[in-house]
Amino acid sequence: MKVVLEHLTKIFPSRNKKSNEQVVAVNDFTFEIPDGKLIGLLGPSGCGKSTTLYMISGLQKPTGGKIFFGEDDVTELTPENRGVGLVFQNYALYPHMTVKQNILFPLQNLKGEDKLTKTVMLERAYEAARLVQIDDLMDRKPHELSGGQQQRVAIARALVKMPRVLLLDEPLSNLDARLRLQTREEIKRIQRETGITTVFVTHDQEEAMSISDMIVVMRLGVLQQIGAPQEVYDNPVNLFVAKFLGTPPINVFEGVVKGEKLYIGEQAVLDVKGAADQEVYVGIRPEGFITNPEGEFTTNLINVEVMGRDVSIVSKHPNAVSETIRSIVDADSAIDRDATTVSFSLKPHKVFLFSKETEQRIPFEVK
Amino acid sequence: MVDSKNKWKAWLYLSPALVLLGIFTVYPIFNTVQLAFLNGYNIWEAMDGKMFTIGIDNFVKVLNYPGFLTTLKTTILLCVLTVPVSTMLALLIAVALNSIKALNRLLQTIFFLPYVTNSIAIGMVFATMFNMIGLDPATGIPQTAGIINNFLSIFGVGPVNWINPGSTYEANMFVMCVYIVWNALPFKILVLLGGLQSVNKQYYDAAKVDGTSRARVFWRITVPLLSPMISYVLITGFIGGFKEYSSVVGVFGEGMGPTGDKELQTMVGLIYDSLGEVGTGEGFASAAAMILFVIILAVTILNLKVSNKKVHY
Repeated sequence: MKVVLEHLTKIFPSRNKKSNEQVVAVNDFTFEIPDGKLIGLLGPSGCGKSTTLYMISGLQKPTGGKIFFGEDDVTELTPENRGVGLVFQNYALYPHMTVKQNILFPLQNLKGEDKLTKTVMLERAYEAARLVQIDDLMDRKPHELSGGQQQRVAIARALVKMPRVLLLDEPLSNLDARLRLQTREEIKRIQRETGITTVFVTHDQEEAMSISDMIVVMRLGVLQQIGAPQEVYDNPVNLFVAKFLGTPPINVFEGVVKGEKLYIGEQAVLDVKGAADQEVYVGIRPEGFITNPEGEFTTNLINVEVMGRDVSIVSKHPNAVSETIRSIVDADSAIDRDATTVSFSLKPHKVFLFSKETEQRIPFEVK
Repeated sequence: MVDSKNKWKAWLYLSPALVLLGIFTVYPIFNTVQLAFLNGYNIWEAMDGKMFTIGIDNFVKVLNYPGFLTTLKTTILLCVLTVPVSTMLALLIAVALNSIKALNRLLQTIFFLPYVTNSIAIGMVFATMFNMIGLDPATGIPQTAGIINNFLSIFGVGPVNWINPGSTYEANMFVMCVYIVWNALPFKILVLLGGLQSVNKQYYDAAKVDGTSRARVFWRITVPLLSPMISYVLITGFIGGFKEYSSVVGVFGEGMGPTGDKELQTMVGLIYDSLGEVGTGEGFASAAAMILFVIILAVTILNLKVSNKKVHY
């Protein structure tokens, strides 16, 4: 089931009666989620990603715009009539019911024609439980389960009524680091096995990048970029997206384009054919540096961190926006640790230029 | 933990409370048990140094007291009829209060007013509301003064003799039950509303997404999640219910009935009255108090047993 958002807008009225300040949580969203894909809504807190999710679920009414599931306009439908499964951030498992009762609960709500017999309900509950591998925990209460197990129960409860769309609100935020890795693969597996269009919300870019078929980057209620994770990473449309994706984060410098050459400080570091003369922000991915004693870009060396497979060089530059610059180079690179400076050549496709005024991407020709 | 060197300080600070508790709570309890089991206890004779034999004469006297069974019946009925009703009503009102936003504060205040109002004063208001002066001797037309009878007359009902001389036990009990339920509501609403407000809203969102009907949300989610509070108000309600006394005084005066003939005597009333016979009534009062205590204890244990099975903490 594809999900289409058309000019979706959510405005929260001001809480303070004296000021009329409204909060535009979601501002004119238009995008299409293809059928059967796993989509990550990504952005810092307060960017409207959860609000978007809750509007898709029907728990919140949009102020404007429309939501379609396939060809059906569901904007005015109540949550139960949309056929969505929702997994809450803290799972919201009913604490007084066993796992089995929790999973059965949505099925027992069905009325009229949809009403199921007890045997069918149990079959479906066990089927969902097996899918998330908790069928041996059916008689436990939620408080007897670990966080990861509770999460699986919540997913089973959302899946048992065979929703058209599965929604997950920060599904991994309540899990510890190890479980998080495991669970995100699990979510990917469940999504692939069921083929249900799945939307999840996260503020963790790594999480979103690693399992999503498509990521939607948001900021302050405004859609920034949408695309396959690698595509967005390699081609950020603006400085925010570039900064938000990637660990370690992108290094940002203040620079100038003059005569199709990019200057950071006094050094001409790269040919940027096609870019007009102007002041720019320069974003260089950590993996965009190559150590080269004759390199065009020299920085003040601070530290070299060995990570085994590769080496992380921490250095400083007066034109850098952040305190330090972090570059990741091959472990075989020859680095003089006692030197006060380190010189690099740059990989042109890992360097992005952004307008200083609009912070939008400035294209240039990469040879 | 208080370290052992400073323990005497802890005891020192506790001592005023302990002394008061000892004099006004602990000693009377022991004294009551003691008096209940002394046959033919009489203060004046005791002061002369007379010793009394230990026995159950006082209990026999209480059980053989002519009004005892009616008293017990009234006490149990007032409790058993009102506690479930007031709890259920309080639950519904609390859920309603919790779900409306407009005038929430005002409504909470209104519902809480009975709690801060003197129960005798409320009783007098109820007495006035349910009043009926009687039939006009000249015309035979009933003259009513109470708002309830005036209201009923709109529908051509009544007037009912609720509380005036000549009224039935059932009518009296009905008025008492209405009064007690109404008087018991605020505390219960307060406790349940507090409980409701601490329930995570996401349970309701989850139920909504799954298309749960309102009745099912109430019975399968709200009630179980509130069960610790419900059990608390039920248990304290039953304990309080068995001690009903001032409510009857409020409506009927110290006569405890329409003609002042103790028609609605309660256990606490019985104890209180026999204490009035200074010097000789204490044994009887103590025995009656012990009987009441045993009843309350039994009901509370039963309540706890049931709630252990039904309450989800």
